[in-house]
Amino acid sequence: MGNRAQIIIVGTIFVGLGLVPLFAELTQTPFYLDLARRMMILAIGALSLNLIMGYGGLISFGHAAYIGIGAYVVGICAEHELVSGFIQWPLAIIVSGLFAIIFGLISLRTRGVYFIMITLALAQMMYFLGVSLDRYGGDDGLPLIERSNFGAVVDITNNVTLYFIVLGALVLSLLFCKRLINSRFGMVLQGTRSNETRMKTIGFPTLRYQLTAFVIAGMMAGFAGALLANHTDFINPDMMHWTRSGDLIIMVLLGGMGSLAGPVVGALAFILLEELLSGVTEYWQLIFGPFLILVVLFARGGLLGFFANKEQRDE
Amino acid sequence: MNEIVLEVNGLCKSFGGVLATDHLDLGVEQGSIHAVIGPNGAGKTTLINQLSGLLSSDDGKIQFNRSDITNLSAPARAKMGLARTFQITSVFGEFTALENVSLAVQAHDGHSFKFWHDARGDKFLTEPALEALTIVGLEERQSIKASLMSHGERRQLEIAMALATKPKMLLLDEPMAGMGPEESNRMVSILSQLKGKVTILLIEHDMGAVFSLADKITVLVYGGGIATGTPDQIRANPVVRSAYLGDEDLES
Repeated sequence: MGNRAQIIIVGTIFVGLGLVPLFAELTQTPFYLDLARRMMILAIGALSLNLIMGYGGLISFGHAAYIGIGAYVVGICAEHELVSGFIQWPLAIIVSGLFAIIFGLISLRTRGVYFIMITLALAQMMYFLGVSLDRYGGDDGLPLIERSNFGAVVDITNNVTLYFIVLGALVLSLLFCKRLINSRFGMVLQGTRSNETRMKTIGFPTLRYQLTAFVIAGMMAGFAGALLANHTDFINPDMMHWTRSGDLIIMVLLGGMGSLAGPVVGALAFILLEELLSGVTEYWQLIFGPFLILVVLFARGGLLGFFANKEQRDE
Repeated sequence: MNEIVLEVNGLCKSFGGVLATDHLDLGVEQGSIHAVIGPNGAGKTTLINQLSGLLSSDDGKIQFNRSDITNLSAPARAKMGLARTFQITSVFGEFTALENVSLAVQAHDGHSFKFWHDARGDKFLTEPALEALTIVGLEERQSIKASLMSHGERRQLEIAMALATKPKMLLLDEPMAGMGPEESNRMVSILSQLKGKVTILLIEHDMGAVFSLADKITVLVYGGGIATGTPDQIRANPVVRSAYLGDEDLES
């Protein structure tokens, strides 16, 4: 299935990402450092969504909520002068996980369109909660007084250091997903996507596995949120807006749903296109929309699947 | 008389005003093949769905190995050793044959909250899976995707999946449905191999298969059992003759 080609493509992307700081330094364009860092953070978010959407068949339309929760945990901690990253980041993951347990228990009672709508509603609830938190900036958001502090271990106030931390986090997330989907747990998740009734009748209580996947995905997104707060030095409710959740879904679709590295390719392509097209016209979605439709219609397996298979044909 | 493995008393299920299962009593003996026959719409599939836990029952009691399973979930019943197949083939299309059966093995090998080790290379799953595939004669097709297999092969794969759960009893919903004569014969020989080793409740329209395989037959009409007996008794039963079996069925 073009596996070797996929590895080459993904490997090239990571080498490229590794060279961005050097490029930005040489050309004196810190903008690219910033852009690539945002891409990678959202790629972690898209990877986590792909776990439940691509492998679990659960289309969550509220995944940005967990990114927001992770970011708010970091922001709120910083506001109260709790700046240690060793506390902030695990806390961001744990709190996102707790919300995912509750939201998962509610939304996993339904399937299909109802699941989409409930996850959307719950995420919008979090968005309005963010808006109403006047103490933490309300609608306007809240500047991060200080980035997460890792003491003598590493100093992420340096933008290049933060860049490599994010790059490392993305690589680890990708490896984690790879192990997960090929494990026994991953087989149960994929089997349930394929045929839930059959899974039940061979003896799997499917709900608890789906809930676990939902929570793992929420925690990963929460981690991405902790990174995002440090990346933007700012938190605001917009991070949780339903359009952000939609962006994540688009990234997964664009790159290739249910392929391991597809969401990484999707996130990169999405941010890149957004940046390029919005330079051309204010109404960049007008071009992006039809492009997305073309990808979904004609590139089965998204951009990654398309290019990986093309390369295989050329061999 | 052998021990009763599955005992059903006064089982009921209605959809709206229609009684799909009407105060049904049934006892399946250890190691036997017990066939349930009846015209279309007699409630055979409803019965299997109730027995396997996909449908809840309105009234009555289901006992399996002397414990009451009436209110247990489908996964819980499967864990107790009650396996089933579906009338409309139900396999995991994007998985290979071996992966399909491995998943069934996995369901009965403790919990699956194992996040790290590669399941596809796990001998504790693949070896029993291959054994089950061998029983149904699919060992050479193990790496073929289920969606690419023929209809008959997928029916065999379903049996292998059910067997891989190490069942005490199989509920088979028309295993020969949609099969050609050759495939049907293969299925009959697979089932006769299993006879005595695992108790089977067989729903089937192929009367040749039913009368050659079954130890006992229950005739279901409008959700109720109108007769139960050996194949010979059923063949001779005048009520069954008029209700269901045409004369041509009885010649064989």
